[in-house]
Amino acid sequence: MTEMDMMSEAALLEIDRLCVEFDTRGGVVHGLRGVDLSVRRGETLAIVGESGSGKSVTAQAVMGLIDVPGRIASGDIRWKGQSMLSREGLAMAQDIRGKDVALIFQDPMTSLNPLMTIGAQIGEVLRRHLGLSKIQARTRTEELLGAVGISAPRRRVDQYPHELSGGMRQRVMIAMAIACEPQLLIADEPTTALDVTIQAQVLELLAGLQETLRLSVILITHDLGVVAGLCHRVAVMYAGKIIETGLADDVFERPSHPYTQGLIRSTPRLDDQMERLIAIEGSPPSLLAPPTGCAFSPRCPLSEPKCAEQPPLVAVHAGASAACWHPATPAWREAPALAEAVS
Amino acid sequence: MGAFLLRRIFQGMLVVLGVTLVVFVATRMVGDPAKVMLPLSATDAQRAAFNHQMGLDRPLGAQFITFVGDLSTLDFGDSLWQRRPAIQIVFERLPNTLALIGLGLGLAVTLSLPLGALAALRPGGVADRVVVFGGLFGLSLPQFWLGLLMIMFFAVTLKILPTSGVGGPSHYILPAVTLAIPSLARLMMLVRSSVIDELNQQYVRTARAKGMRFHTILFGHALRNALVPFLTLAGWEFISALAGYTVVVETVFAWPGLGLTAMKAIERSDLFLLQAIVFTVAIMIVIVNILLDVLYKLIDPRIKLA
Repeated sequence: MTEMDMMSEAALLEIDRLCVEFDTRGGVVHGLRGVDLSVRRGETLAIVGESGSGKSVTAQAVMGLIDVPGRIASGDIRWKGQSMLSREGLAMAQDIRGKDVALIFQDPMTSLNPLMTIGAQIGEVLRRHLGLSKIQARTRTEELLGAVGISAPRRRVDQYPHELSGGMRQRVMIAMAIACEPQLLIADEPTTALDVTIQAQVLELLAGLQETLRLSVILITHDLGVVAGLCHRVAVMYAGKIIETGLADDVFERPSHPYTQGLIRSTPRLDDQMERLIAIEGSPPSLLAPPTGCAFSPRCPLSEPKCAEQPPLVAVHAGASAACWHPATPAWREAPALAEAVS
Repeated sequence: MGAFLLRRIFQGMLVVLGVTLVVFVATRMVGDPAKVMLPLSATDAQRAAFNHQMGLDRPLGAQFITFVGDLSTLDFGDSLWQRRPAIQIVFERLPNTLALIGLGLGLAVTLSLPLGALAALRPGGVADRVVVFGGLFGLSLPQFWLGLLMIMFFAVTLKILPTSGVGGPSHYILPAVTLAIPSLARLMMLVRSSVIDELNQQYVRTARAKGMRFHTILFGHALRNALVPFLTLAGWEFISALAGYTVVVETVFAWPGLGLTAMKAIERSDLFLLQAIVFTVAIMIVIVNILLDVLYKLIDPRIKLA
């Protein structure tokens, strides 16, 4: 193994048994219940799952955005082996966030300060982390706007967010995120708020940037089609836990966990003759009092008494691990062509 | 911006014209000026002579033309009370009122921003509780009573400040503080709630995710956005002070300002003096409004100047 390989093997970001809790009037909501994740250099990891499964909370925990009434109850987040939550780590984390790890938010319409020019908003990152002067920051900002495909960057730097379309604003958010040439980019449903035509453009831009900047990317999405096209690895979240993880191709071809199977099964297909969409019956459990066993078992066709006990996340085959007592068993009778469904 | 200013100045002139009309109508048609201004014992002949002398027996149209003509030279007629041009009295008193408002509201504006922001940093924290309590206290105190208390304490008991009137710089302190306190309370509470709002906005999370330092987020992002509602209230404070709100403070501290003069003009049925005061205040309010619009535009680029 060459040194380069060694470097690329080392995990950039490790999340270790992370638990996040929110104190609410009704009690403690267990947002994350022991999440393990790691991202290596240059890798694209997808986190998929439905609303409330903890995808965004994971991203926010990494970015230090968990606010009262939320708190990180236990577990650790490490950047290149150094904890970001320890006392010494906190100061380091302040300098890493926005520089080495950057976040793109879901809604570009509200994520920009309405009273600042986009140039000033991108420039302030450059000045904060790279210590550029105002003039240097402006020149670099113009380059960045060009790099994310905004035409006439010289004119755009002085414009305000309300003068730009949603797609443009998301490009500005991306320019802001890549301003300091980060090593890890977390994209939290970056296309959810955009028109379908713009979605593809933004994803293409992200994929291109990943290649040119050799970025690691965590893509948070509920669009399985996006995952299949862009990501190396995928982690499926359900009720605050990762229930299946593995290489994207493996997970889609041979989903092990019944929930993953259900998720893929309910992805609508263009050539589908069926009139009704397929859904997974039931709804996720309340995280106020999460079940002790498998959280999916109330909705799972394979559910049996043993499921009252939490199954560990174990390797099912070379490419993937799942937290299920009977992994890789088809949970639904009709066998949809899974690989086709997402391609 | 230039075209906007011209348009606003033109609109302002229309407003002043409207005020002129109202003042004209109010003084001439609502009741008989001679009855109001002359003593009850005046005979009909004396009233007729007065009306003739003041030109009040001429047709209304002709009177209005003369009235507007006189206005353009700032001639409002002589004050009946002081027997000299009304506008002269206004110009004597106006600086006193403006100084009082400037100091009082200046104090309220400069203190409300840091205090409100400090409270917003930790809603429910110690600083927040102190600010909210102080704010409610300041809002509930009747101003005249507050003024009297301050006179009793600082002027009578401690003897460190003068009780009333104008003189050296020390004369300004008590009236300005008394005028400032309710405004400070209102502005401070507004800053607090808007900064709390802004700190919860998505763009603040973006700034935090960018690794921006806290003071940049507070001053550069949140406070700047909170300035828009702040400006609205501060403008209202200023205008309402100009439009007579200072009268309480001026009365308590025997401050020879426009408010006190207006009170005396009303007491003495001095319609010409009152006319001059109303007209001057109207022009000031128009000017303040134009300045406010310009400030809005400077703070918030989304505001269209139309």
